[in-house]
Formats: sequence, C-alpha cells, structure tokens
Amino acid sequence: MKVWIGIDLGSTTTKAVVMTAAGEILGRGITNSRSNYDVACAVAREDAMTTARFELLRQAVDADPERAPRAAALVRALHHAFRGEQYARQLEALATSCLAAAGAPERPVLEDLFAALRAAAGAASGDGEAPRSGGEFFRDLAGSSYLRLAEEAARTGAARFDRLMGLFDRAILKVENEPPDLSFAANIGAAVERATAALTHGETGGADDVERLATAVRTVFDTPLEEADSVGTGYGRARLPFPKERIRSEILCHGLGAHYFFPRTTTVLDIGGQDTKAIQLDAAGLVTGFQMNDRCAAGCGRYLGYIADEMNLGLHELGPLARQSRRPVRIASTCTVFAGAELRDRLAAGERREDILAGLHRAIILRAMSLLARSGGVHDEFTFTGGVARNSAALEALQRLVAENYGARTLNVSPDSIYTGAVGAALFARRGAVESGACAA
Amino acid sequence: MSALPRDAAMERQKALLAGYFDRLARARDEHRPVVYTFVPGNLVELVASFGAIPVLPEINALQSGMRRRSADYIAVAEKAGHSEDVCTYVKCDIGMSLSGNVGPTGAVIPEPDLLLLSYTGCFVFMKWFELLKERYRCPVVMLHVPYQPDGQVTGAMLEYVVDQMRTRLVPELERLSGRRYDEADLAARLALSARAEEDLVHVLESARHRPSPIDAYFGGVYYIGPIFSAFRGTDEGADYYRVLREEVDERLRLGQGPITPDGPMGEEKIRLVVEGPPNWTSFREFWKMFADEGAVVVASTYTKVGGLYDTGFRHDPGAPLPSLARYCLGCYTNLGLPSRVDLLERYIRDYDADGFVVHSVKSCNSFSAGQLVMLRELERRVGLPGGFIESDLVDPRYFSASNVKNRLESYFQMLLQRRLPAPETAA
Repeated sequence: MKVWIGIDLGSTTTKAVVMTAAGEILGRGITNSRSNYDVACAVAREDAMTTARFELLRQAVDADPERAPRAAALVRALHHAFRGEQYARQLEALATSCLAAAGAPERPVLEDLFAALRAAAGAASGDGEAPRSGGEFFRDLAGSSYLRLAEEAARTGAARFDRLMGLFDRAILKVENEPPDLSFAANIGAAVERATAALTHGETGGADDVERLATAVRTVFDTPLEEADSVGTGYGRARLPFPKERIRSEILCHGLGAHYFFPRTTTVLDIGGQDTKAIQLDAAGLVTGFQMNDRCAAGCGRYLGYIADEMNLGLHELGPLARQSRRPVRIASTCTVFAGAELRDRLAAGERREDILAGLHRAIILRAMSLLARSGGVHDEFTFTGGVARNSAALEALQRLVAENYGARTLNVSPDSIYTGAVGAALFARRGAVESGACAA
Repeated sequence: MSALPRDAAMERQKALLAGYFDRLARARDEHRPVVYTFVPGNLVELVASFGAIPVLPEINALQSGMRRRSADYIAVAEKAGHSEDVCTYVKCDIGMSLSGNVGPTGAVIPEPDLLLLSYTGCFVFMKWFELLKERYRCPVVMLHVPYQPDGQVTGAMLEYVVDQMRTRLVPELERLSGRRYDEADLAARLALSARAEEDLVHVLESARHRPSPIDAYFGGVYYIGPIFSAFRGTDEGADYYRVLREEVDERLRLGQGPITPDGPMGEEKIRLVVEGPPNWTSFREFWKMFADEGAVVVASTYTKVGGLYDTGFRHDPGAPLPSLARYCLGCYTNLGLPSRVDLLERYIRDYDADGFVVHSVKSCNSFSAGQLVMLRELERRVGLPGGFIESDLVDPRYFSASNVKNRLESYFQMLLQRRLPAPETAA
C-alpha cells in the first residue's frame, strides 16, 4: 500500500507520522532529537513504519470478527515483545560500547551491571506493557537503571561513580548516533518467539492465538509499505536530508495538523521546546497570520524542562504539582536563565513549591497570551498543540486567561498533540506534487 | 561591501565614496568646514554651497555594521557608560568616534565644525548631537521641523522652517565658512538634485514591471546611497543616477530580474513591499533569505526616509529655501501613522505585491512604535496577510538568523499556499 510520511524535527523530539491514501494515521514514531538530526529523522521514521505495521497487524487480526475482542490484547503482547527486542539490541550495543572503553578494573563491574540490566529487561517483558512510556526513550529507560546500579557499585567501592557515568555518557551517544537495526523486519521474528513464549505460558491465550498471530504477521510482512512521498518540517528542517521542495514551515504544518484533528479550529497555540507560535487559520486549515517569539525563547517548553531539573522532578510531574497550588505566586519573568535563581529565592522566602510552580506556569501562558493577541486574538475553536499542551497546569492557566480575555472558547487538545506538526507535514506530502510551492490536492 | 553585485553604476558609486572620504581627509588642510547632519531632511546642497562637507553619522554607523565593526564600536560605547537599550546607531557612532573615527576607506573622518539638526522627528537625533556636542565642543544648529500628523505641509509650516534657515542656519554657515549665502549657487545645485531625483524615481518605479529588474529594498539601499548622503546636488551624483537608470532600463529591456550578491536572481515568485530598515550586520544573509525563496521587494518605505520623491516632490531651483523646507517636512519618518499606512497601501496596489513584510527594529522605538497596528490596518485594507520580523540595525546580538529565516519562510510559504485551491483534508 502507498503511504505518505511527515517528519517533524523539533528541538527536543523528532516525530514521524505514516498516513494512508485515505488520510488515516497508520503509524506514529518519536525519538529524542540527538545531536545527529539525520539519525533522529531515520529513527523516528523507522519507528513510525513499525507502528504502522502493528496497526496493520491489528487490522489483520481484527478481520476475524469472532475473535476481534482479543485482537488488541494479542497485538499488544506482540508489540510489547517487539519493544523488548529493540530494547535488548540497544542494551547490547550499549554494553559493547561501554566495555570497549572501560579500563581493566571497571570491566568486571560493568559485566555485572549489564547482567543485572539484562535480567531486569527480561523480567519487565512479562507485564504486558511495552517497555516504553510517553516521552521516555532508551536513553532515559536504560539510563535510570544504569544510574541506580552505578550508585550501588560505587557504594561498595567496586568502581568510581563518575567514571561509570562517564562511560555511559559516551556510550549512549554512540548507540544513539549509530543505532543497531531496530526495524520491523529485523526484530519481528525474535519478537514472535518472545511473544509465543509469553502467550503459551501466560493467561492471554494459547497455541490458537500463536497461530493467528503468526498468520497475521505473515500477511503484514508481505504487505509492502510504499513511501509515495514525504515532507519534513520543524526547527531542524533545514537539516533534513530532503530536497527543498519537500520541506514545509512548521507554522504551516502545525496549522494544517491542528485542522486535521479539529476541523473547526481557527486559532492555534503551539508551545514547543524553544518557540511559541500563535497561528490563525482559515476554514481549510491554511495559515492566514501568525506571530512567534523573537530571538529570546523565554517561556517556551525548555523553560519547564529546566524548572523540572532544578526541582529534581520529572517533566510530567510539574503540572499535577502546580495544580495543587492554593495561592499562586505572581511571577513576571520567564527568562530561563534566571528561572533557577528565581525559584531558589522564592523557596528561600518560604513560598510553597506548588505555589511557585503555579506562578511559573501562569507566566509562560501570559507570554503566549501576548503572542496570541498580536496574532489577532483567540477565536473559536482554539487548539493547543506542542509538548506543553500535555501539561495540565499550563492548560488550566490557558483556559482561565482565554476566558478572562476573550470569553468562552472551545479549547481542544488532542492526545496526539505532539504529532501535530508531523501530521501537517504528512498531509502536505499526501497532497502530491510538492513543487515550488505548488501542492495540488 | 565586498560581495556587491558588480556593474558600472556600482563601480561608480564605489569611486564616489572613495573620492568623498579623500576630500573629507583633506578638509582641514583646505579649510573646508565639516558639518555633521542626519539623513532625513538633510540640507546638503545648502551646506555644500558654503564649501562645507557634510558627514552623515547614521551612514557611518550602517557602514560599520556592514563591515562587521559595529559590535566592537557598540562595546566601546557601552564601556563608556551607554546602556544596552540605547539606539545602536548612536552607540556605534560614539564607539567609532572613541576608536579614532576611522572611516570605511581607512582615512580619519575629521571632527565637526557644526552639528546641524535639520530634522527633529527622531528625538534620539537630538540626544545624539548633545553627546557629540559635549565631545567636540562645537556649535549646534537645530531647526524645529513640525511633524505631519495629517500628511499635509501647510504654508505656515514652510514659512516657519524657512525662517529658521534664514535666521539661524545661514548666518552660522556664513560665519563658519567666511562666504556669503549665494542663492544662485544653491539653485544650480538644486537643479542637479532634481535631475538625479527624476532618474531615481524612474529606477524605483521600474519595479512595477514583471519581473522587476531591481530589488527595491536590498538593491534599493545601494541606489539611494548617493542621493541620501553627500552627493545630492553634485554633478557626480547626477551622473551616477543617469548611468544607473540606463543600466536598469537595459535589464528591463532584456527582461532580467534583480542582481543579488550571489548573482542574477532566479524566478520571481513573490512580490513584496517592505516597511522598516534592513538589518545591516547580516545584510547579505538577510537578503539571501528573500532571494533564495524567489521573493523580490518591489517597493519599500526605508528607501524614502531621505526623501519621498516618488510622490512628486522635487527640489526646486526656482524656490531654493522653501523647496528645502518642504523636503525637510516631507521625508517618510516625519509622517504620521495614517500617512504611512496610505503610502504602503498605495505601494502594495501600484506595484501589484503579493504581500508585505514589516521589519521591526529594536533600536528604533520612534520608527517601530505602531507598526503592528499599521500591519493590521493594511491587512484589512488590501486583504493580504502581512509578515512580521524583528531584529536590529547594527547590533549583531539582536539578529537571530534562524528565527528571522523561520518567520520569513513560513510567511512566503503561506503566501504561495494562498494561490492554490483549498486543500482537501481528511479528518
């Protein structure tokens, strides 16, 4: 089947979407935007192609109406096993790289450390969930376990902690920039075996399920996914290995993507890692005007990342904590460089963490409100996209300020919000001839 | 300036400038007074009729920007106590002065014998000359030029400015130079000005054609160079514009587009009107952001800050001082927001533009204030979306190439997208 691909090379993450001729999203891929954009792009694309295969797999298993209810669970089990395979491959690459760089005294410590990591990965594959959750990549997953084991090793005096972490930091870059083969073709065989073992021994089914899966896998494997066209967008788009006419501004892509998810969208706010955009759309999803931050990226997503690091919290913990605030602190500055000092000053002054956080979220949204006003205001419907849209406190502050300034507005946030730019790019790709600005539908 | 498109007019301009800086360097020996003055509303013919040589500090500042010297000069000025928020033209000029006042050709620019403020619409100009007065201990003549809130020059305004010329400026120039005011000499200079102005308008209006043979903003800043500075009212200035006109006519005849620093421009895809001055520190990169996308500027307001000749004004040898007064009153920076919007609207329609870009400059509050309001009003009037970018004149710290490029590319793609039938999107 023919598919169209959109890639959004953002400053924090790289997203890819695989779209069908009918305009359905078949696959979504995401990875961290490492120093090598080409690789980030290839990894996200491969990931999207893989999830597309799993979607086809789900449809193939689903095709048997009698057994449909169990289809999702079966495919999930296989997908989980597949992720386990990918994880194992990357873990081996990491081990090889770490051991190659290690000195003789560290080697036995690392052997033990990686044995423990392998064992943990094997155990994790039995819980029915793919070992990857939103926004967490191999670097984060392997890194947190490695860090814990390295701390233990350092406590016993077997090796120095900084030395072990230094080895990890170098090795993870190598694994990220020269990744092992994570493709569907290379890993599905082992994944089927892994899933078969789980299905045979677990409660999720038996030999019958295994046979159905194997048949479906063969069908999907034989379905070629032909890439008809692809379009790239995002902060790093100039670095994409695409010809110029296959590159679209992220403002246009976010507009079209927001229109895809919510066709009545008129105003879009996108807060990404290092820029904030306020976009106005016409009824067809075409951009009629926009404003974005100037050279200063104060108040963008990276600001929250910095605050999270300062507070020793996960990014996803910020929103829920801020929402516990009863008396938000008034903060005007959204300068990321000053954020740490501001935070420490406020904490030293006895302010509560949740009240400071609520103030910081409000400050970010106030800056976005200024851009929205400059772009022409907030009209119905209003769609919020970008990584910050997943932050509940930012969303709450936005809702309140929009209501205060513009009255009642329908505020949309898609669970697939992070893919908005990539969806827009895929839509542009799907429109066919993308030459010199001409894209016939 | 090394990357300029090379043609006869450009070579001639280079020679003009070299000769000018040589003359300046000899000014002391030849006992010629040196008069510092600003571009908008400048009275160079009057100054020259007394044998004095004008120096234009904003031009020096922008040239320092193009020669990548401005960052150092600004640092020198900041070290001397000027705040980061001060106009960067001012700091660049002060920094250059404190660093030996060496001009672009390597020759030292002499100190002023007179500071002539013939335009007061920019409040910073006054402060700038206050600083220079303090430094050089020389006299200042300040003409008060009434602002044009309604875009109308009244008889009373003219009389008011002419009176200040007669009673304040002319006596001071006579005292400095030891020469009497010679109206016939001034008239002869103004006739040369008018000839050059006629040719400049012809060149700027060539952009009405498709494809436009010129870029009326990036190329335009070179075309206005001589007439906005020391060469209005000179034979060599008038000759330059005749040569330029012939060159542009030839390109027009051959159906050629503008010449960019990277050679002849490709297909003209987008025709734009631009409001606001260019960025000088990344001038070439800035131009490339337009040229690479096939965007040609067909009209700009910045090329009118030293005179709005395309609305019909010409220096008039028949009425020398009143015509100079009218010129002072009529420059673009002296117009109120409604007149500026009217002019931009006229450009968008007359030059058949696809869109317009506003370049807001951090350094210049008096020029940038109200630009977003102008943008909205223009969008409403012409039914086209406007693009908005922000940077600075000569402080490289305020030019974020990726940000400006991102906005421009998005804007251009947005304009191109408008030409297509509405896309069908599956939800």
